[in-house]
Amino acid sequence: MKILVCVSKTPDTTAKISFNADNTEFQSAGVQYIMNPYDEWYALVRALELKETLGGTVTLINVGTADDEQVIRKGLAIGGDDAVRIDAAPKSALFVAKQISAHAKSAGYDLIMLGKETIDYNGSEVGAMVAEYMDMPYVSYATKLDIAGSTATLMRDIEGGEEEIEVDLPFVLSAAKGMAEQRIPNMRGIMMAKSKPIQVIPAVPFEDLSVVTSYELPKAKSGVKLVQPENMDELVRLLHEEAKVI
Amino acid sequence: MVLVYVESPKGKLKKAAFEAVTYGKKVAESLGVSCTALTIGAVDNAAQLGKYGASKVYNTADALFTSFDSQVYTRAIADAAVQLGAKTIVLCHSSSGKSIAGRLAARFDAASVSGANAIPEVRNGLTVRKSVFSGKAVAEIALKSEMKIISLMGNSLQPENIGADAEVDSLSLNVIPGRIRVKSVKTQEGTVPLPEAELVVSAGRGLKGPENWGMVEDLATAMNATTACSRPVADAHWRPHHEHVGQTGVAIRPNLYIAIGISGAIQHLAGVNNSKVIVVINKDPEAPFFKAADYGVVGDAFEIVPRLTDAYKKFKASQH
Repeated sequence: MKILVCVSKTPDTTAKISFNADNTEFQSAGVQYIMNPYDEWYALVRALELKETLGGTVTLINVGTADDEQVIRKGLAIGGDDAVRIDAAPKSALFVAKQISAHAKSAGYDLIMLGKETIDYNGSEVGAMVAEYMDMPYVSYATKLDIAGSTATLMRDIEGGEEEIEVDLPFVLSAAKGMAEQRIPNMRGIMMAKSKPIQVIPAVPFEDLSVVTSYELPKAKSGVKLVQPENMDELVRLLHEEAKVI
Repeated sequence: MVLVYVESPKGKLKKAAFEAVTYGKKVAESLGVSCTALTIGAVDNAAQLGKYGASKVYNTADALFTSFDSQVYTRAIADAAVQLGAKTIVLCHSSSGKSIAGRLAARFDAASVSGANAIPEVRNGLTVRKSVFSGKAVAEIALKSEMKIISLMGNSLQPENIGADAEVDSLSLNVIPGRIRVKSVKTQEGTVPLPEAELVVSAGRGLKGPENWGMVEDLATAMNATTACSRPVADAHWRPHHEHVGQTGVAIRPNLYIAIGISGAIQHLAGVNNSKVIVVINKDPEAPFFKAADYGVVGDAFEIVPRLTDAYKKFKASQH
């Protein structure tokens, strides 16, 4: 089994979100960065479990600048064998997918995994794009994955339910909750990660077609209006007459 | 032309379909072009999409569409766009819509926005808004390619029933066999799926145990709302996994979100902070959720929730 896991660097879940003076760029100063939790907890950990039972290798791929290496090292400390970093600032999902597939096309992976979305741009697009560029099947929101021979059995979330499906390798999947449990790297893993190879390769030329032109923060809530617990008629009245949602 | 791919689960058109066509019609108007809808498989009353702004409806049916494989759908929709000369494709931001949208963007090397939540403006190509950083900010994204792909977040606009039925024609499309084999499907019957729900009643650990969910269900039933829960509740198997809303669960944007006995951790807020109105019921006045709420009730949920259900029923009866 040769598995590729795509890992993204994202601001920590609890990071304060702010932008520069003209609202065109995310303010990264003082922000704690982490590996996108869905890439780490679900995709990477399940890939490592499969490697442990079936044998093979787990390669991490990241599209990012040298700053991203802390995130890549963490993935190696959890158990990844090696990593590829495409040396470019990721600007759009299509740019990232183009870079990942340019590497993966000639590398012969049996399985390409990533998280259901990143917690910064919440697009859920890269997996589908990679699958299309690679001409592979794509399974999104997978919550369970088992492999026997060259066939995978999966559960995937659909609107208001779930499906059990089968697909032959190779394919691309996005992983959701249920796929695996978070792993904390141990000291031995952290030490070993220092000597694992990270191959840095230049990006293939690709013009960004979707460009973020500005950001804004949502309007602050005007403050909670408290209703007395004895007076639920008043809450219903407010929801009907003031909020107009019922 | 703007082409709207309209989902029709089990042959039925739902609110998300009418939202997508209304949205497609508004995009088409701002670009000065027409809006065409595409349905796949057998669909009840596809002509009604005309009322929401589709000047024409095409349908394609093939046994290969019976189970969902994004590659098969993408190939067909891409072929329809080419045949019809569409330059913008609108889809629903559902689990299947997201995977088709991503594939279409790669197939055409097209600019895309995943989860648009407002009508785009015609500047820098097309400028589309979406929620980013798990609901903590909004981004404006300029789509600069000739072909543009937009998936529309549910509950972002009201469907507008403005016209008459459209003519429905069948369209012959390039269909490839899929490689994903669906073995079994489990769906919840009789309730509105969470991503589409306008009213959601949700509860957390404050309810102390699964045996206490009766009052939550009573309130939801009275309001015709969908039930949801927080992560610890799903993790403890008090409620099914698909009810879990929050960052690791489902992200929703209903008109009304009622949170009962949920403290409001940042990971939970990330999944619900785009709700139009939030009501928080919690016995702890310091619960962080009150800061994100529009209306709050401090007190014992076991007394308040049945009282709210009665008050709602009384209100409903007075409406007739």
